[in-house]
Amino acid sequence: MSNQEKLKELKSTLNDTKTEEGLSFSAEIIPGEVDVLQVTVQDREEFPIYITTDDSQILCVTHLWQESEVKKELREELLDALLTMNVPMPLSSFSKVGNQYILFGALTSTSSIEDIQYEISVLSENTLDAIEAINDYLK
Amino acid sequence: MSILKQLWTAVRGTATEAGEAIVDTQAIRIMEQEMRDAKKHMNQAKENLTKVMAEKMGVEREVTRLKKEIEEHETYAGQALDKGDEELALEIADKIVEFSNELEAQEELLSSYISNISNLKSTIKTTERNIKSLYRELSVVKTTESVQKASSAAAAKFSGSSSAITSATASLERIKQKQQKRSDQMNAAMELQNESGGGDLKARMKKAGIVSGSTSSNDVLARLKAKKAG
Repeated sequence: MSNQEKLKELKSTLNDTKTEEGLSFSAEIIPGEVDVLQVTVQDREEFPIYITTDDSQILCVTHLWQESEVKKELREELLDALLTMNVPMPLSSFSKVGNQYILFGALTSTSSIEDIQYEISVLSENTLDAIEAINDYLK
Repeated sequence: MSILKQLWTAVRGTATEAGEAIVDTQAIRIMEQEMRDAKKHMNQAKENLTKVMAEKMGVEREVTRLKKEIEEHETYAGQALDKGDEELALEIADKIVEFSNELEAQEELLSSYISNISNLKSTIKTTERNIKSLYRELSVVKTTESVQKASSAAAAKFSGSSSAITSATASLERIKQKQQKRSDQMNAAMELQNESGGGDLKARMKKAGIVSGSTSSNDVLARLKAKKAG
């Protein structure tokens, strides 16, 4: 299955399902040089999950906060906290793209739809938890 | 420079320019050029490998031929000795020495070809792996760029402007409010369900003494005693 087909299949599956925790999704494909599937979780529309696929992996990303939102005097402490949290946090890791702090999870491209769905739920939970945990470092 | 370090340079290139291009397009172009070069080198190495393998086959044939010659000449020498022709036998023995020396040289050549081939093969394998991982890393860089573009498009749709949306903490606060509202709604719905199910009416009647509470064990005992006496 091509990467594009995989995204399409994932899109229609996500639009029809509700997780055990009662989360429901809405997904749409944003075309570009690399197609991106944007998944919004009901009631958490502020933190959509972006999914891309290539031959080796499926990448799920949420955007956390911008560099400008970080309290300057606490920046070093924040970075330390993020590194320390990376391992205990299930399935997701912190990273940065430009000025944007992100949370991401990578899956093998042979993952099942159920695996990806689970990844999305966990990533969404982790996103909220992470911002809650890091609140003190943000303006 | 290692792949990871190059990528890091490429990705970091933008951290200074807020919200602009995510990746240093110049660095990406350099990487793509390097990938093309690496591919060219690999193709050359593959061509070399084919040549060396062909040469090795030639040497192998030569080794087989020499071994056969030696074997044959040993038979000839034996036959000459049988006939008592010592002189001829010596001449043949000279020839055998010649063949043996040649065989030794060819066998040395062969073993050097064999190690050459295994080196080339492992070089090709490593290069191939490098190119693959380079492609993979580059694809991740391009992916994050696409995600960034998609996200700013979404942000623009969300807030009606292309400027940065509200802060992460404000967003989290909004989500919490939404969740609270949802759980309030659910509680309200459950209350309504109880009321319409008569639960509320019964509770009020009980309170007013119209219906008694649930039967007590004393009531049951009294009823049983009455039954026995009757």
